[in-house]
Amino acid sequence: MKCEELLKALNDYVDGELDPGLCEEFEQHLAGCNPCQVVVDNIRKTIKFYRGGQAYEVPPELCQRLRATLRERWREKFHT
Amino acid sequence: MLENRYNAAVPQLPPQTAPKIDDPDRALVQAARQGDFEAFGQLVGRYERPIYNLAMRISDRREDAEDIVQETFLSVVEHIRDFREGSTFYTWLVRIATNHALKVLRKRRGLNVIPLEVDSDEQTPLPHPDFIARWKDEPSVLAQDHEAQRLVEAALGELDEKYRLVFVLRDLEGLSTEETAGALGISVANAKVRLLRARLMLRERLTKAFGDEATRLEPHKH
Repeated sequence: MKCEELLKALNDYVDGELDPGLCEEFEQHLAGCNPCQVVVDNIRKTIKFYRGGQAYEVPPELCQRLRATLRERWREKFHT
Repeated sequence: MLENRYNAAVPQLPPQTAPKIDDPDRALVQAARQGDFEAFGQLVGRYERPIYNLAMRISDRREDAEDIVQETFLSVVEHIRDFREGSTFYTWLVRIATNHALKVLRKRRGLNVIPLEVDSDEQTPLPHPDFIARWKDEPSVLAQDHEAQRLVEAALGELDEKYRLVFVLRDLEGLSTEETAGALGISVANAKVRLLRARLMLRERLTKAFGDEATRLEPHKH
């Protein structure tokens, strides 16, 4: 497998969805190609970074407004 | 134009096919369904931030994100008694938020449905990695730096919407490729190519920021 073919199969490999035959070819290529190893690692870290992040704080005014709106709707719905 | 099957505001699984799900929110949801506002308030407190982050990542605008959060939790008030526990509460919440977010994007474009695009992504060559280097540290360590987080969110915001949406829904919110494609009104093949492009573009940007220059490698010639 060449680097170009590996690039096309990258998604499926990272997601664990590559069929076993191709997976073996993919890993054989990685064993002998440092740049491709690093790219695969970079992609995994990229996804991990975004998954782990909640960069945005909820604006305090939204919190207040949200609770007031929900309380009012709740009273209408549940007659409490 | 392809009718987006996610136009339905609140997704449901039919009860007879609903699998038993281990849901950490089950007790609160059951109390809320009985009219316990305090229990519902705890659910809001637990999830308003992740839903706000989802809304910001999809819409990329604070005002729209605020509307999405409000509409999402209002939908929950409206439909919590209909929630059949075929998924976890959070999964259901994410689906509702995603539907509202996509409505906002369609409204922005002045459309009632997301068009089935004739897309050139499948024919256009993939962007080849250029800056290849090992990252200086693990994501969990890098993420402690607020500046790094801002950079990362900016990189996502700068992605073309069609790549950003697939990445957010598939990689961050855990929808399957098929669900992502369905939500966006595109083919599964298209979703896969867009996801690959999104990942490669973000990889390039983040590696330029976090890569250790001393470990930089030359890409292979193509």
